[in-house]
Amino acid sequence: MPLQNIGTVYRKELTDSLRDRRTLISTLLVPLLLFPILSVGFAALAVTLEKKAKEEIPKVMLLGGADSPGALEALRASKKIEVVPATPDWKDKIINKEIRAAVAIPDGFEASLAQQNPQTVEIYKYEGELKSSISADTVEKELKDYRDNVIEARLDANHVPSSILIPFRIKQDNVAPPEKVGGAELGGIIGYMVILLCLTGGMYPAMDLTAGEKERGTMETILSSPISRLDLVLGKFFLVLTASLVTAALSVVSMGVSFWGMKQLKALDVSKNPDAAGMQLHIGFTAVLSVFLMALPLAVLFSAGLITISLFAKSYKEAQSYVSPLMVLVIIPAVAAMLPGVELTAKLALIPILNVSLLCKELVTGTYHWNFIALIFLSTCVYAAAALFLAVKMFQREDVLFRS
Amino acid sequence: MIETRGLTKLFKDKKRGEIRAVDGVSFICKPGQIYGLLGANGAGKTTTLRMLATILEPSDGTATVCGHDVVEAPQKVRANVGFLSTATALYPRLTSQEMVEYFGRLNGLPEAELKKRVDEIFTRLDMNSFRDRRCDKLSTGMKQKTSIARTLIHDPQVMIFDEPTLGLDIMTARTILEFIRECRQRGKTVIFSTHVMSEVEKLCDVIGIIQSGKLLAEGSLAALREQYKEQDLEEIFVKVVAPHYKPEEAA
Repeated sequence: MPLQNIGTVYRKELTDSLRDRRTLISTLLVPLLLFPILSVGFAALAVTLEKKAKEEIPKVMLLGGADSPGALEALRASKKIEVVPATPDWKDKIINKEIRAAVAIPDGFEASLAQQNPQTVEIYKYEGELKSSISADTVEKELKDYRDNVIEARLDANHVPSSILIPFRIKQDNVAPPEKVGGAELGGIIGYMVILLCLTGGMYPAMDLTAGEKERGTMETILSSPISRLDLVLGKFFLVLTASLVTAALSVVSMGVSFWGMKQLKALDVSKNPDAAGMQLHIGFTAVLSVFLMALPLAVLFSAGLITISLFAKSYKEAQSYVSPLMVLVIIPAVAAMLPGVELTAKLALIPILNVSLLCKELVTGTYHWNFIALIFLSTCVYAAAALFLAVKMFQREDVLFRS
Repeated sequence: MIETRGLTKLFKDKKRGEIRAVDGVSFICKPGQIYGLLGANGAGKTTTLRMLATILEPSDGTATVCGHDVVEAPQKVRANVGFLSTATALYPRLTSQEMVEYFGRLNGLPEAELKKRVDEIFTRLDMNSFRDRRCDKLSTGMKQKTSIARTLIHDPQVMIFDEPTLGLDIMTARTILEFIRECRQRGKTVIFSTHVMSEVEKLCDVIGIIQSGKLLAEGSLAALREQYKEQDLEEIFVKVVAPHYKPEEAA
């Protein structure tokens, strides 16, 4: 009978929620659209913008250097920069983005070179402005090429081979399999997104089923039916949990599709640029499934917590103001896990949210520390049970149900 | 049958301290009778009825509904009660039929019986034209009918009405009053709270006048007229209540 009652409440709440636009948007639409927009959209946008910035031939002013025609000519001959006539207001022009950089060649530069006296060539740029920084780097590279030519000429004049400057070479090589490389790059983000969406997915139904019910005046109606308050809160809880898990599941599916999309994007890039081949993403089905399984107890914790908090509110609006700070509370540990160098330890494995987030980071790289997995799963289950117990207790408090 | 003995409810308020919303109320309400609880705003009517419907738990005293104690067996009490008030709204996104069916299921009706009951009630209350319409699209009258159908679905022996006509237009209010009368004809125990004198005069077999949580007078209309030497119920009410009336209690 209690199970039947819980089922009855659950079915009714499901019908009700499926007719609620806010719940549909937060549970279905957001997770389906968020990942493609975030990953493919932003990645494509960033690539395009960077490419555009790099493709632009920057205008650069050469200051001084009248007595150093060789140096001037070397810079003017470069196809990567456009040298424009120098004017006294060159600083303003950089700030106003009329030119991207300026190069100051000291007086007597070439004469000093001939005497082998070191000189400093200064490049002026707009710090923090992407295009100016890229231009300064281009100019620096051109100057370095010119410097290398000077060195080579000096070595030639003294009959010394240029290899004397490079006694040995250094090379970095990756030994980790591709999924570990991809996972290390994206592991933190995946855990973070799944955790956050677990919360947002349950948020609207939780508020609607508690504070919303109070606001619409149906709380007293339902409390006058023979159903026990325990069955009622459990029916509501399972609906919130479903919403939370559906959001998490959809986010995982949409994440998979997004990675596939990104791979396609990278594959296109590879044909044009072989260097991009190393950046391909490999995240296995098992890893994604593991992340989802670890999110399960966390979804229980969130659902019960959300019901407890929103039940306290008198109206939907009030519930929103209670739940918003909860978002911050969840985001902080989830973001902390993304910081480089933060690794899973026995102590951190007991901190809710942070532990699952850190574990997700490991899972997507294919690393399974079973002792940590068990510890995190169990501790999250304990927190979830405590939150559910609290939600049930809250539902039995008259001062909460009839707060005025 | 409803029986209360010394029924008391205390609330804690941060500003006002402990409030005795209902203070030692005792009465008996028999089957086939309409008991009218008459009182000003904040007198304790709603709290009393909420305790009878087991929505609130008494702080002291006892109450039994159909022989079941409201504290010991609240679910059995609710299974025998139909509760209707202005605060018992409908789920806006459910249809009229879904709303009634939901409460039928919560009352443990088997599906076949539920269907039969729904058809019967919807026909009796002339609700078939809007049974598939969402509750937020219903007129006030249709909403009231749906609420009535909701309270009737499990054929309860006791009906509790808390100011059921508050804020309703005359025609809708009349439907409710007719329904209350019909409940009496069917032998149900009916308790009904209001502050509208004419409704009490028309409907109630026994009248209880409540103020500051205390039941100050009780009896049939004729008995009260006799006791207070007044014909007009409003005058009787004022005579009973005036010495105890505290404006700050009117909420």
